[in-house]
Amino acid sequence: MMTNKNRSGNDATVSLPASTRLAIELRDITKRFGHVIANSDVNLRVESGSIHGIVGENGAGKSTLMNILFGLYKPDSGMILLNDKPVEVNSPEKSIALGIGMVHQHFMLVPTFTVLENVMLGNEGSMLLKSGEESVLNRLKSLSKNYGLDVDFEALISDIPVGMQQRVEILKALNRGAKVLILDEPTGVLTPQETIGLFDILRSLKEQGVTIVLITHKLKEIMSITDTVSVMRGGKVVADFATRKTSPEELAENMVGRKVLLSIKKPASKIGKSILEVKNVSHQSKDGVNVLKDISFNLKEGEILGIAGVAGNGQSELLDILSGIETLQKGQMTINDKTISSHQEWNSKKAREFGIAHVPEDRHKRGLVLPFHNYENSILGYHRNDEYSSGFLMDKRKILNFVNELIQNFDVRPRSPLINSGKLSGGNQQKLVLAREIESNPKILLVGQPTRGVDIGAIERIYEDLMKLKSNGTAILLVSVELDEIMSLSDRIIVMNQGTIVGETNSSDATELDIGKMMSGLEQV
Amino acid sequence: MLESLQPIISLLDSTIRISTPLIFCAMAGIFSERSGIIDIGLEGKMLLSAFVAATATFLTGSPILGLFAAILASCSASLIHGFACITNKGDQVISGLAINILASGLTITLGIALFSRGGQTPPLGAEQRFMPIEFPFLDQISFVPVLGDLFAEVISGHNLLVYLSILAVFFTYYVIFKTRFGLRLRAVGEKPEAVDTAGISVFKMRYQSILIAGMLCGLAGAYLSIAHGAGFGREMSAGKGYIALAAMIFGKWNPIPTLFACLLFGFLEALGVRLEGVELLWIGEVPVQIMQALPYVLTVVLLAGFIGKAKAPGAIGVPYSKEG
Repeated sequence: MMTNKNRSGNDATVSLPASTRLAIELRDITKRFGHVIANSDVNLRVESGSIHGIVGENGAGKSTLMNILFGLYKPDSGMILLNDKPVEVNSPEKSIALGIGMVHQHFMLVPTFTVLENVMLGNEGSMLLKSGEESVLNRLKSLSKNYGLDVDFEALISDIPVGMQQRVEILKALNRGAKVLILDEPTGVLTPQETIGLFDILRSLKEQGVTIVLITHKLKEIMSITDTVSVMRGGKVVADFATRKTSPEELAENMVGRKVLLSIKKPASKIGKSILEVKNVSHQSKDGVNVLKDISFNLKEGEILGIAGVAGNGQSELLDILSGIETLQKGQMTINDKTISSHQEWNSKKAREFGIAHVPEDRHKRGLVLPFHNYENSILGYHRNDEYSSGFLMDKRKILNFVNELIQNFDVRPRSPLINSGKLSGGNQQKLVLAREIESNPKILLVGQPTRGVDIGAIERIYEDLMKLKSNGTAILLVSVELDEIMSLSDRIIVMNQGTIVGETNSSDATELDIGKMMSGLEQV
Repeated sequence: MLESLQPIISLLDSTIRISTPLIFCAMAGIFSERSGIIDIGLEGKMLLSAFVAATATFLTGSPILGLFAAILASCSASLIHGFACITNKGDQVISGLAINILASGLTITLGIALFSRGGQTPPLGAEQRFMPIEFPFLDQISFVPVLGDLFAEVISGHNLLVYLSILAVFFTYYVIFKTRFGLRLRAVGEKPEAVDTAGISVFKMRYQSILIAGMLCGLAGAYLSIAHGAGFGREMSAGKGYIALAAMIFGKWNPIPTLFACLLFGFLEALGVRLEGVELLWIGEVPVQIMQALPYVLTVVLLAGFIGKAKAPGAIGVPYSKEG
């Protein structure tokens, strides 16, 4: 479906033919943050009018490199050339003037402003807003027609879906005359349908001569839309390919520096009796929004139940209720034959007593206390257990013994119980949280976004741990916005949209497109 | 019947006099906080500029020079605040408090050193102050019942700075909501990253905003010592900066509602002064402290339940840094 017809037929080669016009060339870019080298002698060449992908694990230096190109960071050394001319890009102002636009991973939009105000910011046209408004609006209308960027200009940013917010970001860049568009992880927040829409927009931009740099860690996207691709690892560009001459396996291997298993082997496990039954659970948020409407499902021993959905459709609230962070307002839950109804006491301590463990979606906010040491974090929530204390006081020696074993078994690096958890990489933080919850021997494990901000090596490890837990008979409820993850891990999938369950399917007979349709609320099954 | 209106009219008159410094300070607060910088230091800036206004006027004999000196002093305090918490990313509340403490101590120390009057400045004569301005046509409309009195007592007969404070409200509204500068200012308080990536300097925007706040606080201080009052007295700002801050929150960082909040607080204080020592029906004599506490109590009560959530600018109190 998505082939690269427009490729002019270069061979897979590190250097492009001398005759090709380069839109961007980076030479020997080095950037340090304190003692950390984020980019080290990076060389990058992007052909004019092409779509160039940059892949790499988290922390490989992709975003840093692009922020340098956009003028947000100053490189310590190296050279930037645009259209073969050396330029100095020392501020976003300068880079915008040079025709570079960037769509950041976290949108740079003012949530309390309208779309129009956001587009005008920095490009108001005159001292008074009124007089600039009309010309900006006219330009926007023609841009949005030319590129299929459908947006309501008068809507507040906080009221529109993320897909539309992203289109606003693209419009912002185009409105300021961008000839080079950098997109940093643009599909992380999109449904599969929205992703297809975005790629259509990118293709039409390319047809009109815009050069596009796409940063992503999703290899499938690289394969489907880019012309050329660079792989980054450890702050360096380690390989360049023409996309049609490479494969996801080859890219992944270059990303991690060794062979990886991209598919997960599901162990044969016995699916046992139903251990969690959720019946007619509804929930109203503090703002009075009905975030969950009449949710019912069950979960069995040794089963992984995946909950798919675009972020913000009630999955987080469901996890909060099951884990006891939120009270049960309406409905009932039966856990291991014991029933909790809405008027009964329900909190996270109680949930632990029922054998529910929780790996929260936001590990920084809820999974860890970042300034705490690893040994403190590794007993968080289980600190009342007798095995960590002697009488009234906590027993540090006992805790350390436990933790040393824990970080050994779950491969948390660095293997130091006395380091602040905030200093660990995302993947190792996640391994620590997961280790703590698994060590509590739960009957039910709730997992939210297990691999968000986690690099490929750690993802592999986390999947293995989850599979091991499943084969031991633990029931796992998996919430993730990564559809691939849901599809490859789960036995059964339910799809949530706007607080209701819009569909259920076995993972073996589901296709990504079907689930995508359900996620967007277009189709009910 | 007209006789019975007299107390109400003079109550309104003093409401306006009391509200003026609140209005200046609250507008200053809006400029600062809309740009993301918490301005606890309104109080200190006002106190400092009140002292400088009185001193400069006494030394030069010109209230105009006194006013400019006041603005200069207040802006310097703003710059200290900016250097601490914009350039060096310090804590904005601590820095603001430091300015308040500094102003309180410095004005007394300098006052004693210069004038040896226990912290006060020498009294200023009428020609050294901003005096009340009588509007024309007063006689012509004085025969109109109620309206005539209202015009003569409440609208007319204030000093220049009172009228400036009302202008300042419309100035603030216009600048913040209708100009390019205002759009950027609001953006920098909500999401500085968006401003930075749009190619605008966050630091420059924030410094400009706090300088405008400094000017407005300077006007408030000058009003206290060389317009409303005739000289500086120690601690003469007496918590007005904090009340202005409360009025600003009450007005949800919007100039027009904030104006009304200032007038409400001014009215309560005027009422308090009027009711001092007066026996009220059923209640008896109300202690003056209770009346003085009313604006604060009212703010808490109203914020807690009646006006809905006061949503501060998104990035308020957070120093901006690009890397990391």
